[in-house]
Amino acid sequence: MKILVCITHVPDTTSKIQFTDNNTQFDKTGVQFIIGPYDDYALARAVELRDQTSGSLTVLNVGEAETEPTLRKALAIGADEAIRVNAFPSDSLFVANQIAHYAKEGGYDLILMGRESIDFNGGMVHGMVAEMLGMPSISPVMKLDLEGETAKLAREIEGGKEYLEVNLPFVAGCQEPIAEWKIPNMRGIMSARTKPLNVVEAVSEDAATKTISYELPPAKGAVKLIDKDNVEELVQLLQNEAKVL
Amino acid sequence: MSILVYIEHADGAVKKTSLEALSYAKALAEKEGKEVTAVALGTIDQGALAKAGSAGAAKVLQVEDDKLNAGIIQAHANVVAQAFEKVGADTLVLAKSSLGDAVAARLTIKLNAGLVSNVVALPETDGGYKVKRSIYTGKAFAYSEITTANKILAVKKNAVALKVDGADAPVEKLEVTLSDSDFAAKITSTDKATDEISLPEADIIVSGGRGMKGPENWNLIEDLAKAMGAATGCSKPVSDSGWRPHHEHVGQTGVKVAPSLYVAVGISGAIQHLAGVNASKYIVVINKDPEAPFFKAADYGIVGDAFEVLPKLTEAVKAIK
Ligand SMILES: Cc1cc2nc3c(=O)[nH]c(=O)nc-3n(C[C@H](O)[C@H](O)[C@H](O)COP(=O)(O)OP(=O)(O)OC[C@H]3O[C@@H](n4cnc5c(N)ncnc54)[C@H](O)[C@@H]3O)c2cc1C
Repeated sequence: MKILVCITHVPDTTSKIQFTDNNTQFDKTGVQFIIGPYDDYALARAVELRDQTSGSLTVLNVGEAETEPTLRKALAIGADEAIRVNAFPSDSLFVANQIAHYAKEGGYDLILMGRESIDFNGGMVHGMVAEMLGMPSISPVMKLDLEGETAKLAREIEGGKEYLEVNLPFVAGCQEPIAEWKIPNMRGIMSARTKPLNVVEAVSEDAATKTISYELPPAKGAVKLIDKDNVEELVQLLQNEAKVL
Repeated sequence: MSILVYIEHADGAVKKTSLEALSYAKALAEKEGKEVTAVALGTIDQGALAKAGSAGAAKVLQVEDDKLNAGIIQAHANVVAQAFEKVGADTLVLAKSSLGDAVAARLTIKLNAGLVSNVVALPETDGGYKVKRSIYTGKAFAYSEITTANKILAVKKNAVALKVDGADAPVEKLEVTLSDSDFAAKITSTDKATDEISLPEADIIVSGGRGMKGPENWNLIEDLAKAMGAATGCSKPVSDSGWRPHHEHVGQTGVKVAPSLYVAVGISGAIQHLAGVNASKYIVVINKDPEAPFFKAADYGIVGDAFEVLPKLTEAVKAIK
């Protein structure tokens, strides 16, 4: 069993989002970068499946040198080797192209990633990679078990779940509760230092979109507090001021 | 030229988010001098489909095949690609949803199209095709330029006003070719709470957090939700503890919602929870801690014990209905 997990390198969920250079650049000052939370679920399940099937687990990120600590963390969590495709991830199509190009030769049985990144929230890369490789894609996957060449999955649909079966290989966009996040232990951290982290050059494939500028939403006004003994006032406001009741 | 809109339906009705996508497409079509065609997949009542006309479709193409009732991503993408070619479209508009995303992603490759997701406004077209999108889970916006001839726009829920002014649209059958490989993923069963209002679609949501103390108190949330005609949601620790089903978990790692009204009861307002609700038009917070961070994101708030406030609030809502 060969598993590829694609991870994003994104600002921590609690980061304050700001821009510089006349709103054309993301401001990294004081921002901590993490493995995308959904990717973390994919990685955690991949580690379990690798252990069950005694296969191999590769993690891949399309990013510049600054993303290497994030890849090292994935190695500490349990990946066997890491690949960094050396390029700025300019749009989802560009990233998908790099992943598909790398995965094409690899003979992976399973390609897992998060359902979406938490920076651009596209939720598109898994579907693009699957289409490029001619594989089925399933998202958002909340349960994934293997029975030989067949995978049994559950995916979230509005108001519930849907159970599916699909033969390997395929691409999945993952989310909770597919597995519990794994926290690297000391042994993992030590061994991550010696595991291979290979840098490959990007294939030059054009992106189909480019981001020109950013904008912050207007600041929120102050909350209107209503006395707890006068809930009728809240109902009045919701009905007549907000007009939502 | 035309604009094709992929519409999703649930229990025989076109989804509200798809009607919003149609309204968006109609406004875009007027700007660009194009026509809007909708495509619907699976067996669905003609009368319900014709309603797509009132939101902006000049006609609806229906691919009537039982096998398409379930959202098999590859099959849906293949059908939409064929419809796109047949109507001579250059733009595909759809509602952002988990199925919509997955289908749109495959279509970018099939149609050689540039795609922007989480679209919140009509494109600006003087000097390039620039689309405003919501990013960082609602914490910012980006302007992205699409550089390809074919374009795909996935519209964020509640970002455009729903228009329902047109007449019913004619529904035509569309024949497409599908192969077995399009159905490589097989749906074996579905587990759906049918009597509930679906969370991503809901216009009002009443959500409970750990402050509700336990599942035995959820009747208080449900009573208010019922009085308001709302769906129910919860914070992550609530679904993690099994008090509520997972699909009700709202937030960064759960469902992202954008209702007109979000009522948060006994939820602290951790940034990860806010990430799932900050697109709500109005937020009401009920929390006994005046320092709870959620008050900063709220429009209206009550500082008080949920167990005291909820029954009174439910009565007050009932009184006006
Ligand atoms: C990467 C990551 C992703 C996450 N994703 C999500 C997510 O998607 N969704 C999510 O919700 N969380 C998420 N979390 C968890 C999040 O950080 C918080 O832990 C969680 O939102 C807290 O839930 P809560 O507000 O219900 O509980 P608590 O933090 O325990 O807060 C309970 C609140 O209830 C109030 N309260 C108590 N008793 C009463 C009463 N009787 N009446 C009124 N108020 C009362 C308290 O004052 C308190 O404010 C995530 C965390 C991480 C690290």
